[in-house]
Amino acid sequence: MTVRNGSFSYRRGEPILQNIDLTVEPGQILAILGPNGAGKTTLLRCITGMLRWTGGDSLLGGESIRSMPPRKLWSRMAYVPQARTASGAYTAFETVLLGRSSRLGPFASPGREDLRKAEEVMELLGISALADKKCSGISGGELQMVLIARALAAEPQVLILDEPESNLDFKNQLVVLDTMSRLASEGMACIFNTHYPTHALQRSDKALLLSKGGDYKFGNTAQVVTEASIRRSFGVEAVIGTLPTPLGEVQSVIPLRIANQEGGHHEA
Amino acid sequence: MTAMRTGKLRYGWRAACLLLPVAAGVLALGIGRLAFSPTQVLQAIGQALTGAADMTALIHRTLWRLRLPRILLAALTGAGLSAAGCAFQSLFANPLATPDTLGVASGASFGAALGLLLGLDILGIQCSALVMGGAAVALTWLAGTGSHRGRSTIVLSGIMMGSVFNALVSLVKFAADEESQLPAITYWLMGGLQNASYRTLLLGAPLIVTGVAVLWLLRWRMNLLPLSDDEARASGVSITRLRAVVVVCATMITAACVAMCGQVGWVGLLVPHMCRMKFGSNHLALLPVSISTGAAFLIAVDTAARSISAQEIPISILTALLGAPFFIALMRRKGGWSL
Repeated sequence: MTVRNGSFSYRRGEPILQNIDLTVEPGQILAILGPNGAGKTTLLRCITGMLRWTGGDSLLGGESIRSMPPRKLWSRMAYVPQARTASGAYTAFETVLLGRSSRLGPFASPGREDLRKAEEVMELLGISALADKKCSGISGGELQMVLIARALAAEPQVLILDEPESNLDFKNQLVVLDTMSRLASEGMACIFNTHYPTHALQRSDKALLLSKGGDYKFGNTAQVVTEASIRRSFGVEAVIGTLPTPLGEVQSVIPLRIANQEGGHHEA
Repeated sequence: MTAMRTGKLRYGWRAACLLLPVAAGVLALGIGRLAFSPTQVLQAIGQALTGAADMTALIHRTLWRLRLPRILLAALTGAGLSAAGCAFQSLFANPLATPDTLGVASGASFGAALGLLLGLDILGIQCSALVMGGAAVALTWLAGTGSHRGRSTIVLSGIMMGSVFNALVSLVKFAADEESQLPAITYWLMGGLQNASYRTLLLGAPLIVTGVAVLWLLRWRMNLLPLSDDEARASGVSITRLRAVVVVCATMITAACVAMCGQVGWVGLLVPHMCRMKFGSNHLALLPVSISTGAAFLIAVDTAARSISAQEIPISILTALLGAPFFIALMRRKGGWSL
């Protein structure tokens, strides 16, 4: 998945995204970071073609997604919305099954193969027990996993997740992040928005840090998520520390205080 | 492995869906001032099919000229309004949506009232109702859609357009002749199937059948309707086209129903919700069940409307009086539901 020279602005207004270039290979995770209102969600929607780039293009497997028929595009790429925006009318299984839509004709209903695939992904994510529960009656963490399962049911090569670990408790955050890591290790390309620089440092191969006004930095996570870039983008003084843990050394970002806007002297 | 969750109805339920309206129809054929037992009705049906005509002309006329078209009209209207209501509730992700949400019934009522005022014949009234119903929805659609507008915008503009057309109906009533036209318009607006004949069915029935058939074919895909815009688009399905097709079908159905029998309230709201409580929101099961239940429900209510008292009771009065308490009882027992 590649974005070449992507720019976006609403009809009358300042450009929100300018000349974005990024690439994610199969098996890689890209984290998109940035302060509220910097355009993270807009970027995600532009990458997927839900919003049209006003300049530039997204390429999937070297092919422009603009010229791709939607059903072909969405059987290669899948989108996981934020759980709080999802509809709760269906059971978990019915929701997962909707992920097969891109592979079914307009008058078709899911066949044996589709049902099996939906069962398979639910088992893979360990949520088979939820199958007959209504989405309105399960927890936020469970719903997020159901939505990931729905995306996987389309058998995509690229998975796009909009703040998948927001509004979740510690354990559910880990469940979601572990799932993403595992999918990547099996060859999936994952792109996710996040409010947690620590998650980017620990999980992603690449990172894209947006600042308000369209500036951005893209590259290997270790080079993008630094104390200096966090200060510049978020206006927050943070330290990046390495903690010894039973699982080896783990990096973590700790926000200290709001940075002095005048840009004078700062203690480290 | 456990049984696959196909979401389809089990065969027993499918048989029930087919039999329920038919059974209601057979019973209803026998009920009325000239009463027949179901056995007699079945005998009569057998005779009619084989051509062995030893029925009296009176029975023949009662069964096939008077009651059958009326039962067919009730079945079509009930099935159509339930399907349309079910579609609109999903489309707007709003449990309060009815077939009239986009103003089609108000528009069609205005068309019918105008036709009555102008003294058109029954076919002219139907055409006028259909055209005005379509026009109301087109206006609502123009007013309520556009970039960055949510689904509540179109529901609100539907309510506005409904009130505009209701005002126009009042205007027509105001202009109508008090002796003859005003009562005719008022009775029409209360809804009733007393005008049923094969001739009235001719115009409306094909529209209802087509609309219901298209919705039925799209029934699994209709599951995408309540999803948010981004989710729906990420399904790879052209959601705009799906919504447009559903709106056109539901509009066509509702306008045709109003054109044939005035405003039959409540069916489009009550029946889909009753079915949702039992069968969930998966349209693969929900839509067929709603169609079948709607048909049987309206046959039953209309039969009651024409046989409870010597004079016919307008059907909307009964749908509300019978439907609402039943609905409330069901809702309280199930503890509500979500869409």
